Amino acid sequence: MTRDEAAGLVAGALGDVAPEADVRGIDPDGLLQDEIGLDSIDFLTVVNVVGEQAGLHIPERDFPALVTFAGFVSYLVEGTGDDRRA
Amino acid sequence: MDGVNIAHLAVDRHAAGPSADQDAVRFVDRAGGVTALTYGELARETNRFANLLRTLGVRDGESVFTLTARLPVLHTAVLGTLKAGAVSCPLSPMFGPEPVRERLVRGDAVVLVTTAPLLRRTVARVLDAVPSLRHVLVAGDWEGRGVGGPRVTEISGALAAEPDTFTIGPTSAEDPALLHFTSGTTGPPKAAVHVHGAAAAHQASAELVFGLGPGDVFWCTAEPGWVTGTSYGIIAPLACRATSVVDMCEFDASRWYAVLEQQRVNVWYTSPTAIRMLMRAGDDLAHQFDLSSLRCIASVGEPLAPECVHWGERALGRPVRDTWWQTETGAIMIGNPPSSRLKPGSMGRPLPGITAAVLRCGDDGRAQVRDASASPAAPGEEGELALRPGWPSMFRAYLHDEAAYRACFVGGWYLTGDIARQDGDGYFWFVGRADDMIKSAGHFVGPFEVERVLTAHPAVAEAAAVGAPDPVAGEVVTAFVTLRDGYSPSDELRRELIAWGRTRLGAAVAPRRITFDDRLPHTTSGKIVRRSLRERQASR
Repeated sequence: MTRDEAAGLVAGALGDVAPEADVRGIDPDGLLQDEIGLDSIDFLTVVNVVGEQAGLHIPERDFPALVTFAGFVSYLVEGTGDDRRA
Repeated sequence: MDGVNIAHLAVDRHAAGPSADQDAVRFVDRAGGVTALTYGELARETNRFANLLRTLGVRDGESVFTLTARLPVLHTAVLGTLKAGAVSCPLSPMFGPEPVRERLVRGDAVVLVTTAPLLRRTVARVLDAVPSLRHVLVAGDWEGRGVGGPRVTEISGALAAEPDTFTIGPTSAEDPALLHFTSGTTGPPKAAVHVHGAAAAHQASAELVFGLGPGDVFWCTAEPGWVTGTSYGIIAPLACRATSVVDMCEFDASRWYAVLEQQRVNVWYTSPTAIRMLMRAGDDLAHQFDLSSLRCIASVGEPLAPECVHWGERALGRPVRDTWWQTETGAIMIGNPPSSRLKPGSMGRPLPGITAAVLRCGDDGRAQVRDASASPAAPGEEGELALRPGWPSMFRAYLHDEAAYRACFVGGWYLTGDIARQDGDGYFWFVGRADDMIKSAGHFVGPFEVERVLTAHPAVAEAAAVGAPDPVAGEVVTAFVTLRDGYSPSDELRRELIAWGRTRLGAAVAPRRITFDDRLPHTTSGKIVRRSLRERQASR
């Protein structure tokens, strides 16, 4: 998955859960919780939706990597990379 | 001082003795860094805040609200308010502008303590609608001075200018101390008034149910703005002279285990939603941490399933002990103390001094009263859970709503609105709610508040909010919506309505799902039958 594809996936899921948020306007390194006003149930929903769409099981222990937009995108790029898929 | 004051019991009496240098509160940040306040420091900080309220002209009994995350300023403001003889009302930072506005107005707020991000996101949008509010004190990096207008003052400078000594005035056990809002099914939220004498129940219940004592390390994960966040997040551990751990961040399984390990937590009070999230993270993660300091794990907010109790035993080394209480009861009423035999799935038994009963219900599903008396149900029979009034932390009023308050007491009982049964051993088992309240992640959400905001949208003719079963949150708020003529269901409109709700209500209250439905079920008198909607979605 390219960086753009991953960003599209995360932005799409955020937009579904919090359609009021200006996802393009957020600070990619800011905490999603603060940037968008997500609570923990929202966050879990976003992770589940993205995981499903990316065909990736995202275990709870990896959640700390997902708390920023940029972190989430990098995680997906690494997690779906060719080396892992092979 | 004369009389009873929660802040004296929780802070000053310890600060005046050999415990002055004991950590009262440890605030843990995302990286695991700790900011500790000793009892002596907490006494001085809260003195400054009490002096600041005096400087601002706040009088006894006036309402001082907080809208902050779990930050040091929350403890300072709540306890400082109590010292000053004013009434403290913490709100949840997950509330959007509409719940905040409504509560500030209903609670006659004169001062609001908040943080810079919440000022920008939430408070600035409602300030003009709260004429009683004289001062907004803002903590943190207050960029763009001028946001919020002339009522806004930066708090750290204002506190620094105040002396750190203060003599608590004469407050009695019956003087109002705390306001906690409770959601309504058919009306707006009501403000339950609690008194300074409630601290006796906060302390005694923590000693009885958790075995909490001086020097213990205690962690309550509840958010401010819900009653647990105050009764056990702030007051009880301090009243017991424990060290209270406050996690300043949101749930994260690994970090939570790290906090338990690093802070050597002895007593942990959390929620079924949190336990279910930890269960999802797996036993292996739990086993990577040294949790041997944990002596008691307890839970509150919604019924705790037996598998959660057993999981605690297996993964954390201790069973999770359910407790039952409400905003109106102020403190734990029914629980599973370490000394008692645990029946997984049960709420437990009433604490010493508490009389609880299950009352036989009438056709309306509430306790049936004939000739001013109610009859107890037989063992095993379902009925409404009721308590004998008179415990110290019982609410003393719904502010400005005497009729609603009186309606809670019938035939010598306080009626809880919960349906339960009691077994032959005296253990209580939760069955359900007698009304349409939604319980999401352990917090009540009132359908009325949600429906009122949705029906204000131009496309919506009628709306009904119910709880949809959810494996983690227990229930999530779902709204059934009938559209006005000229509007038709679409994904775009669904997103628009979700956005509309979140912008106004905030994540904790707003509906997470919208279902378009042009045939909402009504009674003959025109009320929506939410029960049918719950059944309708269960069958989907």
